[in-house]
This record gives sequence, C-alpha cells and structure tokens, in this order.
Amino acid sequence: MSLTSDYIKQRLAEKFGESISQVEESFGTLSFAAPKDLNLKVMQFLYDDEELQFRFLTDLTAVHYPERKGEELAVVYHLYNFRERVRLRLKVYTSVEDPKVFTATKLYESANWMERETYDFFGVEFVGHPNLKRILNVDEMTYFPMRKEFPLEDQSRVDKDDEMFGRGGHIGI
Amino acid sequence: MSEQQHITLPEGSIERQTQTLNLGPTHPATHGVFQNILEIDGERIVSSESTVGYIHRAFEKIAERRPYYQITPLTDRLNYCSSPINNMGWHLTVEKLLGVKTPKRVDYMRVVIMELARITDHLICNGVVGVDTGAFTGFLYLMKHREVAYEVYEEICGSRLTTNIGRVGGFERNFTPAVFEKLEKFLKEFPVALKEFESLMTRNRIFMERTQGVGAISAERALNYGFTGPNLRAAGVDYDVRVAQPYSSYEDFEFTIPVGTTGDCYDRFLVRNAEMWESLSIIRQALDKMKTLPSDVWHADVPAYYLPEKSDVYTKMEALIYHFKIIMGESDILPGELYNPVEGANGELGYYLISDGGRSPYRLHFRRPCFIYYQAYAELVKGAMLSDAIICMSSLNLIAGELDA
Repeated sequence: MSLTSDYIKQRLAEKFGESISQVEESFGTLSFAAPKDLNLKVMQFLYDDEELQFRFLTDLTAVHYPERKGEELAVVYHLYNFRERVRLRLKVYTSVEDPKVFTATKLYESANWMERETYDFFGVEFVGHPNLKRILNVDEMTYFPMRKEFPLEDQSRVDKDDEMFGRGGHIGI
Repeated sequence: MSEQQHITLPEGSIERQTQTLNLGPTHPATHGVFQNILEIDGERIVSSESTVGYIHRAFEKIAERRPYYQITPLTDRLNYCSSPINNMGWHLTVEKLLGVKTPKRVDYMRVVIMELARITDHLICNGVVGVDTGAFTGFLYLMKHREVAYEVYEEICGSRLTTNIGRVGGFERNFTPAVFEKLEKFLKEFPVALKEFESLMTRNRIFMERTQGVGAISAERALNYGFTGPNLRAAGVDYDVRVAQPYSSYEDFEFTIPVGTTGDCYDRFLVRNAEMWESLSIIRQALDKMKTLPSDVWHADVPAYYLPEKSDVYTKMEALIYHFKIIMGESDILPGELYNPVEGANGELGYYLISDGGRSPYRLHFRRPCFIYYQAYAELVKGAMLSDAIICMSSLNLIAGELDA
C-alpha cells in the first residue's frame, strides 16, 4: 500500500470536513492549514490513524506575514511517516495580537525546544508548554526579532559614515 | 550499574545534600560552547538543565537580506566539522526551487565531497569519544588523515574549514588532477588508520566498559525526541535520508545502513565507524563512475544562475549580461515553498525555504539535527555518573555552531 496525497486529503476531509483549508501540493509535499484550536486534534489523528501514521515531528517553526490581517503568524509543522516515506506540512495561523497555539509537547518531546525557539523568535505562545522561555536569545530581550517589523540594516545606507570599517561613503575606496 | 546505596543519615548532614555543578560553557570537556547545570549527589547526576545560545548569530534573519549565493557561507558555520554537506544541501535546495537539473558527473562529484565530509566529521566524533574515555592515541591516528581530506577541499575551493564549496548548479571549477591524487592517497591510507583505530578501541575492555549502557535510549524515545542520523540508527531505526529520499544520485550507489540495538554510546561509536567504511566504499564507487563520464563537465547548463568564467565575462556579451544579472540579484527566482533535507553527518539537515520571488528568501529555516536531539540529554544522563555525562555528550556529536545557528 502506498500513501498518496489524494488519500491523505480524503481522510482529512472525512474527519475534519471544511476546517481543513489551503490544501496544496508543491515540490512533492502535501501542505494544508488547520484552525489553531484544532492543531492538536489534527496531529493526534495523523499520529494514531493506522494507515496515516505520521509519527515523527521533523521540524517546527513559524513564518510572519505582516500583511495578512488576523493571521499574521503561521506555525509550520513538518510531519513524517517512516513506513511510507511521506512528508506532510501542517500550518496553523494565528493573529499577532493573540498568538496562542496549543503545545505539541504532549505528543512529541522534540517539540519542547523547537517551540521555545519559535516563541523566542516570533513570540508564539504555546499554551500548556512546560517551560516556555527564551532559548537562543538573552532572557532580557523584550521583542521577537524574526518578525518582519525588524528589518536588517540596509547595506547601501550612506548616513552612517564609519571611517574604520569603510561603510557608507567609503564603499569601494 | 547498580543503584546507589544510601545509609540513613540525619537530615541536613553533608552527605545527604545535592550540589550544583556548572559543566561549561567553556569547559574543555564540552567541546563547544554550551552549559549544563547538573544537580549531583556525590558523583551521580540527579537532574540537569542545558543552556544553549552562546554563539547564536541570527543566520535565519541575515539570510532574509542576502541573495541566494551569499547564503552558502552562512551554512558553512552550522556544522563546521562537515561544512561541505551543509553547502551541498543548500545548493540542492535552491536547485530544487529553481528546477535546475545537474549532470550525473556533478552529482557524483558532490557525493565524493559529501562522503569525505561525513568521514571527517565521524572521525572527530569517534576520536573525541576516545579522548574523553582516556584514549588519546586513536584520536591522533585519525586526525592525521583529516589533514588529507582538508587538502582536498583546499584544492577544490581554496579553504579548509568553512569551505563555501560549490555553486548553485555545480562546482566553481573542475576537479584538478591533484584532487584525484589526494583522494587516492586518502582512500589508500585512511582505511589502514581506521583499522588500527578500531583494533585499538572497538574490543578494548576499558573502552567497552566505559561506553556500554551509558546514555542509552530506546528507539521509541529516540523517535519521540526527534533523533536522526547515527544517533537514531544506533537505537535501531534504519532511517537515512540518502535512502529514504535520495538526492544527488545516491540511488546509484550500493551501500548499507549500519544500525545498532541499544542506542548507547558504544552503539553510536560502532555505527559511526561502520558508516566511515560505507563512505569510503561510496567514494570509491563514485570515482569509478566518474571515469566513465566526460571529464569536462562540472556544472549544469544554467547561465541565469551559474556564474560564468571570468575570462568569458571580459570577452563575451552574454557572459557579461549573466554575470551582471546574478551579482545584482536580477535573475528570476520563482516563488515557492519547500522543505529539502540532506543526510548531514549528525542527522537530518533540513532547509525550509519560502521564496516570494525576491532576490533573497522570504523565510529560511534550518532544521539543525543536534539542536533537536540535544534536549534528550537530561534524560540520557539522569542517574548516570558525572564521567558518563561527559562521554554521553561527546558521543552525541553536538556541534555548537549548529546548535545555535
């Protein structure tokens, strides 16, 4: 038996109906979005189901889309089925004002640090996480640096004339 | 290991108190900058907490402002014991996004470099496990040959540790005859050293007693903790990205995936040793396959993404146009979203790339294997002796650069 995208889509539609959205397949990976209060139910279903068996959390991260009002932050889960060698991408959108998403640590131990990292950089608050604090940045930090409102410095700015390092007006001299 | 015997002592007497010990961040035994706060009862570890992030350099943020070809040097600094694998992984990810098909010879050249990098990474890890158990000699036997491997990188790309090797589409130049000479030298001399190393370590009574049963993890727990690479295989799961999702023509090669049973430090050591033998065999196969292919191919025919030769830039119009377009970031990058994994030396190294069609990625996330499996460390060393915790750490193959990104 091989696990096809169509079959996964069908099973998800049977179980969750209309709540599964943005179903698309790009570069051989099926991707879909679920409402944020259903993320654990979807993952549990994918884990428990005898035929789906997505039992490995490969990766967990977030993406910030400032222009999508009400769903600025997307938490992205990559799940993997070892038996059929199939990868799946699950996205959960949340607003930046109330970035609360249920934690996956009950299901996957590996989610612990990955959720801490996601909190550290995007400020997604994982409800129920046992130890949600910053992991790579300093504890005193008050902002979430991977959000798009913190752009990196423009390399071609000219107002900052730094004699020692040849910045700004000194480029190429 | 037997349970510790407690004699009944009055409350508050010194023998009943636990102590806190800071292992790291700059302790020589951590082999990198990370801190473990251990709560110890005598020499036995009651609990531990790991602190990471000392060398965090915000690569994911920097990558959002860099053109694709300038992200390669950032990947060097993830797992710096095997930078070429990271570089190739990044090139493969971008090629997948752009739909670039590479010629077979390029794939085989990449396989040679990636397997060489895997050997250099494993030999350090296994050598250091030996050092931490008190056997310095084996480490030196192997280190001598890492030098030859680094000379190969140097011959191809000019640098040794942070290699920035290859380009999107292939290599910056063809392998010179010196590369093949050095590879032959490595393939001839390294197996001798590896055999010597194995005869020194593998059945060594002291080494076995120090490593067997230390830091063991079951396959279920290892999967739950997100283990990949040799650490997962030592626990008995035969997952290898090279086989599960072949890239760079790995499907053309004959090799086995060594697996362990107990997932302890000894099994991890054995799996890495066995993988070095497999890698040597893959390099040999790749060199043989390359002999049957035309020897003047070292990049794909994608002028819009692959920098032309400098002499062509000065003399040919098209080359000048493409050179300008690539450097100024005017080449069309398609919008898309993909996750592309490669088998890094210590686990599945994944690139999650979102492109919005701009000159730099909209979002780039590195799935760093050791960041994910290091969280199991507290569970692995709980109840173990302090000296076991050191071996456990080095046998996990933790690389600070990859941990912190």
